[in-house]
Amino acid sequence: MGKTIIDCDINKSYLVKKLHTTGALRQRLISFGILKGTQIKYLASTKMNATYEIQVGKMTIALRKDEAMKIEVDEYEAN
Amino acid sequence: MKQIKIALVGQPNVGKSMLTNAIGDTTLHVGNFSGVTVEKKEITFKYKDYEISIVDLPGTYMLTNYSIEEKVTSDFLQNEEYDLILNVADSTNLERNLQLTSELLNLEKKMLIALNMTDEAKKENIEINANYMSELLGVSVVQVSAVTKEGIEKLVHNIIQTYEKPKKESKLVFSEAIEEEILNIITHLSDNKFQSKLSYRKIAINLIGEDKETYRMLLDEPIWITLQPILLESIKHIKMHHDEEAMIDIFADEFMAFNNGILAETVKIKNMDVTKLTTTQKIDNVLIHPFLGIPIFLFLMWGLFQLTFEIGSIPMDWIDGFFGWLGSTVGESISNDDIRSLIVDGLIAGVGAVVLFIPNIIILFVGIALLESTGYMSRVAYLLDGFFHKFGLHGQSFIPLVTGFGCSIPAYMSARILKNDKDRLLTLFIIGFMSCGARLPVYVLFVGAFFSPESSGNILFSIYICGAILGIIMAKVLKMTAFKGESEPFVMEMPKYRLPSVVLIWHTVKSKTWMYLKKAGTFIAAASVLIWFLSNYPHDDNLKHDYENKIELAIGIESKNMLSNELNQKLLEQSFLGHIGKFIEPVFEPLGMDWKMAVALQTGLAAKEVVVSTLGVLYSLGGDVDEQDSSLKERLSQNIPFASAVAFIIIMMIYLPCLAATIVFSKEAGGLKYTFYLFLFTTFVAYAFAFIGYHITLAI
Repeated sequence: MGKTIIDCDINKSYLVKKLHTTGALRQRLISFGILKGTQIKYLASTKMNATYEIQVGKMTIALRKDEAMKIEVDEYEAN
Repeated sequence: MKQIKIALVGQPNVGKSMLTNAIGDTTLHVGNFSGVTVEKKEITFKYKDYEISIVDLPGTYMLTNYSIEEKVTSDFLQNEEYDLILNVADSTNLERNLQLTSELLNLEKKMLIALNMTDEAKKENIEINANYMSELLGVSVVQVSAVTKEGIEKLVHNIIQTYEKPKKESKLVFSEAIEEEILNIITHLSDNKFQSKLSYRKIAINLIGEDKETYRMLLDEPIWITLQPILLESIKHIKMHHDEEAMIDIFADEFMAFNNGILAETVKIKNMDVTKLTTTQKIDNVLIHPFLGIPIFLFLMWGLFQLTFEIGSIPMDWIDGFFGWLGSTVGESISNDDIRSLIVDGLIAGVGAVVLFIPNIIILFVGIALLESTGYMSRVAYLLDGFFHKFGLHGQSFIPLVTGFGCSIPAYMSARILKNDKDRLLTLFIIGFMSCGARLPVYVLFVGAFFSPESSGNILFSIYICGAILGIIMAKVLKMTAFKGESEPFVMEMPKYRLPSVVLIWHTVKSKTWMYLKKAGTFIAAASVLIWFLSNYPHDDNLKHDYENKIELAIGIESKNMLSNELNQKLLEQSFLGHIGKFIEPVFEPLGMDWKMAVALQTGLAAKEVVVSTLGVLYSLGGDVDEQDSSLKERLSQNIPFASAVAFIIIMMIYLPCLAATIVFSKEAGGLKYTFYLFLFTTFVAYAFAFIGYHITLAI
């Protein structure tokens, strides 16, 4: 697996490359609009990096480290 | 009169409850946290010749079955009878909201869309061409604002229009690759003259979209044999076009493409400055700061409890005075001794002791409603998940747990937001450790009796905190033993901060307070009378006469008082309650409690407020003459040793919640056996900690 959300830099945008999960969690992520090709931005994390805060479109989503590690991302080249 | 039944659907935090409130005069609860409206709620109102009823379905991001609420919504939409769908969308985030809209369009029902929060969209310079959007989607689109009531008239008017006119063909289209396959399946169905309630197009889309119901329906049909190879081929083609993604991804992708097309045509955002921080971001920079976030939260909680205690005490004095006056006024007008005692000592004293705590309860409920409706609650879940997860709980467990400080009943019900069974059960078992509002009176009474007024706020706060900490430790213990297994994923939206709606908070607090009062008027009144009866009967007239004669003969007020106290003591001991208390006393003896305290705790199993009224009845019986002015607090501090009071408070913190809550628990946990476990668990823990607490206090 390549770079995931936990390897991202703060306040930088990325593109979702692959969701390494199936079933309920995948459905959940998709229902928030997190799917292949979506642009996301890593906003913050709590102390000890237990929980991550990302921006998807206009929504702010909180996810736990375990879940963040399942979202593989690519660098986003702004044009 | 024509009846129109509307299914109100929308993603969480789009202001659905607010909207129903704006349309008709109702009392719906709104929250910013995903899934506060778990229960199906219905409002009915009349407009012209129509009776319109709206079913407020739980907010859902997609028509999936991720959580119980989402399942409720998708089941309702697919299986229940209704005339039309009213889809509420947040105008400031249509990109996300239209995803659900396209799924709804796919249901092929009559539908209209309310673009809510038009006022906010204007502030954010978002311009929406609703007419053109309506044309492109093939359904009526109305811009509304639940806050300013803008567009509400038009919405109701359009509801009637949509109801009266025949359903328009949905304009939802897929990419060429999928449309081609849909056509293939439709052709096959019509060639074979297949009979179905659903349209051919709907069947085709459902088959490609892997809808289980549709498969189940077709599996029994002869056409399945010829349809299957065509379908297989279609799915293969589609997957090839989409890089072998899963169907759910493909459909999400398709909907998104369709929506982006619509949005590009109908929505203009003028001079949006992406570098400028939004208000929500600015607030979040402080409230969920990595270091300051948790201290700020704890401070807010502490403030809430201080407020509950400090401000609440003012009207409490008035209420106390009122019931005192009522008791003596009513007492004077009744000549029969037994009846007077029943009314004054049983009924008025019992109910009065409960009503006394209304101010505290109102303040606490307002605080919780504020946390919920502003959007702060989900921030707290974000902040605390890391910590909670370590103890086997979920960040979202926080919601039921905090609600538990108000009342265990809604807390048990709100635990439904946890999808995973084990996570939910674990949370259910811990909720009781969060001291509910009904226990507050008991704490206030004991803290007032045994601590100085200056420290009472702090002591009360530490009682709540100790309960919470103990609960979390117990969660870990349970997670390691009874509830081993995978945890539920934590993925949740952090909604925009919104100013709370005064109207909705008022409705919430009003209904909760009313519920508490109703309980006081019925259940607790009955319980007070029962306890009064048990403590006053059977009469022992001989004993009474003996003592009355002795008192008559005694010289000096002091010896008279001593004798009258002795009489009261003896009378209580030979009453029914005395016998019950005596019977269970040995169990409570190691905790330094006498039979009166033991009885008070037993009655608390019915309802926690009853503990106060029981103590009231038990400790003020027959105290006429000069002890009239001394309050229950003083009586308690005179009659109960400090260490026993500590043990009493600890048991109150931990043991089984009230009867009503226990019933709800049993329903939510899914079986009586869990109630039995809960009883064993809480009783054991309560007793053990009370024992420890008692002996530590004695040693100090």
